[in-house]
Amino acid sequence: MLSQFFQEPRVLGLVQAAVTIVLSLAVILAARRWRIRLERETLIALARGLVQVVAVGSVLLILLQGPHWASVLVLAAMIVLAATIATRRAEGISGAFWVSLLGIGFGSGAVIAGMTWLGVIDAAPSSLIPVGSMLIANAMNSCSLAMDRFRSEIESHVGQIEAALSLGAEPKATVTRYVEAAVQASLIPRIDSLRSLGIVWIPGLMAGMILSGEDPVYAAIYQFVVIAMIFATAGITSISSTLLIRTRAFSAAQQLLLRPGYNDASG
Amino acid sequence: MTNCAQGEAPRSAGDPAPILEAQHLSRTIDGKRVVDDVSFQIPEGSVVAIVGPSGAGKSSLLRLLNRLDEPTGGTVLLEGTDYRTLAPPDLRRKVGMVMQAPNLFTGSVADNIRFGPQQRGKELHLDSIEELLERVKLAGYAQRDISNLSVGEAQRVSLARTLANSPTVLLLDEPTSALDVDTRENVENLICDIITESRLTCLIVTHDPDQARRMAGQVIVLEAGRLARFGPTEEVLDA
Repeated sequence: MLSQFFQEPRVLGLVQAAVTIVLSLAVILAARRWRIRLERETLIALARGLVQVVAVGSVLLILLQGPHWASVLVLAAMIVLAATIATRRAEGISGAFWVSLLGIGFGSGAVIAGMTWLGVIDAAPSSLIPVGSMLIANAMNSCSLAMDRFRSEIESHVGQIEAALSLGAEPKATVTRYVEAAVQASLIPRIDSLRSLGIVWIPGLMAGMILSGEDPVYAAIYQFVVIAMIFATAGITSISSTLLIRTRAFSAAQQLLLRPGYNDASG
Repeated sequence: MTNCAQGEAPRSAGDPAPILEAQHLSRTIDGKRVVDDVSFQIPEGSVVAIVGPSGAGKSSLLRLLNRLDEPTGGTVLLEGTDYRTLAPPDLRRKVGMVMQAPNLFTGSVADNIRFGPQQRGKELHLDSIEELLERVKLAGYAQRDISNLSVGEAQRVSLARTLANSPTVLLLDEPTSALDVDTRENVENLICDIITESRLTCLIVTHDPDQARRMAGQVIVLEAGRLARFGPTEEVLDA
């Protein structure tokens, strides 16, 4: 209906955004009925999301016509930002930013570079940046989930870990099962995505390709390719960031640092 | 009345070097000194109780002795060697610790007892496991899952698990505080028997002066992280 009144794509987009904002505001108002307050956080998130995505769209407009190396810079900047955001989940873990940066950088970097080299991802900025950003965003989520779960596992098993240390165990051996739990937990959303692909949801990339006139079967296969790449990225990121954070959980003298109320008094 | 310290060798000027010596031990957390310049010497075979009000730093001091926490000042000598020169796993095997809660690992009782020796590549035979369980009066419990144990039994498994490492010094952090009165007495007697039989050097944290009298030949009194008194139990506690 809206397209009948607005033909210019950008104007139409803004009107569509306005409609969805109204829908979100309705949800906020409905939630108030049950005394669930979402206003502040949701309004800020909506405004921020809109500004960010329009800004990115504008930057992409310039970059898509630019040289290939510019996409590498954009993806590198995205990795740094993703690491900054993931670090917020790792409050109290020293060096969490570097762990996130290395984990996300290694996970997404390895898959993006490898798949671009093999030709699975087109090296053109118009393909590399959107697909790369999907991989980085998922790497960020996996990194956050893995660090958060690892910390909560450690904090709820301080007694067993210190008992094991007291019995002469090496730190690595005391947290093996918590590393496994963290990696598994962080990959649950990715595994569920693979399981439900096409049945419960038709992902954005596939929907976009179909909307832009691509063959639906090829769009479906390519969507699987992307989801599988996301899984690989998430797996590498989860494992590497959990293993890195494991080394931060203990001091050089093999004392557990990652426990509630602990302050590494030795500095 | 039990007294683990009955067989304790008296201290004299000619005594050999202490098995454990704290030298100006301190630990500061968030600017607060939880252990403040504590020094003492523990001769081999002694049973020493660490007493003091809540928050006096008793458990904090114990955790410094097997280096579960890092001192911010001072050090500990184990058999004359600065413990910072020892690999932490080796130190912790020699200075075994039984915590307030049993903190058993999931699995069977035997899995728990095997854990310490396994860390240094040694596999305990079932006979040795049974022998350790007999010492803690849990003969026949090897294959039991730890979820089927009472708190008192779990604490005895925790003790056997520590003894499986053959420590030279045993640290006990209020090992009976989570137990009911009857079980507490049983576990206390059991600990005393084991300490006396093995002539283990033992430091036990307790908030109960009567338990200190029953178990220890010497007492360290901590107040606000500082060593307030150290000497023979009766002398110190009756002062």
